[in-house]
Amino acid sequence: MLVRIAGIAASVIVVLWGAATLAFLAFRVIPGDPVSVMLGPQAQVSDAVKDGIRSELGLDRPPLEQYLSYLGQLLQGNLGESYQLRMPVTDVIGRQLGSTLQLTALALLIAVVLALAVALFARGRVSRGIAAGVELVVLSSPVFWIGILLLSVFAFGLGWFPVSGTRNPATIVLPAVTLALPVGALLGQVLRDGIETAERQPWATTVRARGAGQVRLTSHHTLRHGAAGALTLAAYLVGSLLGGAVLVETVFARPGIGRVTLAAITDRDLPVITGIILFSALAFVIVNLVVEMFYPLLDPRLRRVRQGRA
Amino acid sequence: MSTSVRPDAGSAPRIGRARPIVLWAALIVLAVVAAMALFPSLLATHDPLRTDVRAALEAPSAAHLFGTDQSGRDVYSRVVHGAGRSVGIGLLATGLALVVGLILGALSGIAPRAVDATVMRITDVLLAFPEFLVALVVVAVLGPGPTNVAIAVTIAAVPVYVRLARVQTRSLALAEHVEAARILGVSRARAFIRHVVPGVLGSLSVLATIGIGSSILAAAGLSFLGLGPIEPSPEWGLMLSGGRNVLGTAWWIAVFPGLAITLTVVSATIVGRTLRARAEGRAS
Repeated sequence: MLVRIAGIAASVIVVLWGAATLAFLAFRVIPGDPVSVMLGPQAQVSDAVKDGIRSELGLDRPPLEQYLSYLGQLLQGNLGESYQLRMPVTDVIGRQLGSTLQLTALALLIAVVLALAVALFARGRVSRGIAAGVELVVLSSPVFWIGILLLSVFAFGLGWFPVSGTRNPATIVLPAVTLALPVGALLGQVLRDGIETAERQPWATTVRARGAGQVRLTSHHTLRHGAAGALTLAAYLVGSLLGGAVLVETVFARPGIGRVTLAAITDRDLPVITGIILFSALAFVIVNLVVEMFYPLLDPRLRRVRQGRA
Repeated sequence: MSTSVRPDAGSAPRIGRARPIVLWAALIVLAVVAAMALFPSLLATHDPLRTDVRAALEAPSAAHLFGTDQSGRDVYSRVVHGAGRSVGIGLLATGLALVVGLILGALSGIAPRAVDATVMRITDVLLAFPEFLVALVVVAVLGPGPTNVAIAVTIAAVPVYVRLARVQTRSLALAEHVEAARILGVSRARAFIRHVVPGVLGSLSVLATIGIGSSILAAAGLSFLGLGPIEPSPEWGLMLSGGRNVLGTAWWIAVFPGLAITLTVVSATIVGRTLRARAEGRAS
């Protein structure tokens, strides 16, 4: 058990270090002086002022020294200060994190419920065909367009939900549904694929021969196979949620990490971009850990035999 | 022989062949979009850039099929003129990604194990994330702008082709016709270029038909965020973001360009899946 925990901790550190190093390298490889980029093309600033900023940021020191001090700062949990907002990056991200976590968690929940419902109830040829068609259309639609359609119909048209804002709890419904639809469609595709493959296995016939109905076959047997396939997509789904959050938060004018990311990209706020890349790497690592813990629950073949039990 | 990147494919394609009527509809949509992109002036009814404040925010009518936007520009004509840019970036990125992927994948397929392993490891990591997110990170590093968006969408699309090209190169390099050419005295390099690369290119182009759709989507997302082309260029993603602000009074400004994106992407995917199903049927 200790060995396993140490292994997990090591992999977390390696991934984060890799992400940090890549981010560091990327911003030094791109052409252009970081200070000019940061100030923008319109800035009328003398070279002396630029040199001042450069030494303040430590950009005049040798690259290796910069890299080491950057890593040292990271170890202390210091991501630096935002160029634009003049406040620590950890604060910039921390303040908006809650809103995005709420949105993505609710979206993930809706997506899983939708995908499970479709997997359980669409069993005939026709209903599966319809489900596949709907999933194709949803996956081919830009997520921001889905958001705009939902806004037009349910907020502006029917007036069931508020248009934007965060104070009212109802404001989260439309953004979460928007974000959930493409994720749910993808999950649904993978689940159904796994279920259909499992249904063609010989043991599925055995289960049917024992008198189990379609529902029991799906819920107790084939769904596990679909779910195992869906779990391998976990990182992809987290990526969809994060990328989708940038678009959905923009459509619904919701505060959150997505808006912070967009502002940082537009303003070339490199410390914030680095912070967000590191934060995403951390989210990715955590999700993969959770997935690894879930696998044995789904697939009994992966469970370890406990010592001392026959 | 698997011609798909999905790990579960290789068995009978389940979501492959579309009904003929669906396939024809998809082909017609693509033909119309191609006509819009190539000859926009023939199909457009108005100048996409001409503003007319007196005709602002008019609902769809015979004079303005898709209505007008805040500055009184004809939305239909802007959708027609936007096709070139929106679809063009998808085509360009896919074409470039295919070439880069072919070169990297084919070389990786015959490279020493260490090089091959490194390329594949990076490919696997990139493949674990959606194209849009990869493209967004690249734009975050490179900075906004239409050229950077094109580069970002290309980089995001490359890994799929690298992986397929590598698999195909490996299996084709051992194929009988290549061996026969070698026995006939054809040099290793010539056999590779004449007999392996064309085969790899064939399977990659089938995949590219599906890839065009996701590249168009990724590019539209970046333009919607305002990271790509800027006003007043007619571009579908950008038009959507302009329409977002007047959604309460004029739904048509955002709805029609979005519909254009969705129809194009759905059609490209349907045609691509059908081609893939046919290629797999032939191979097995």
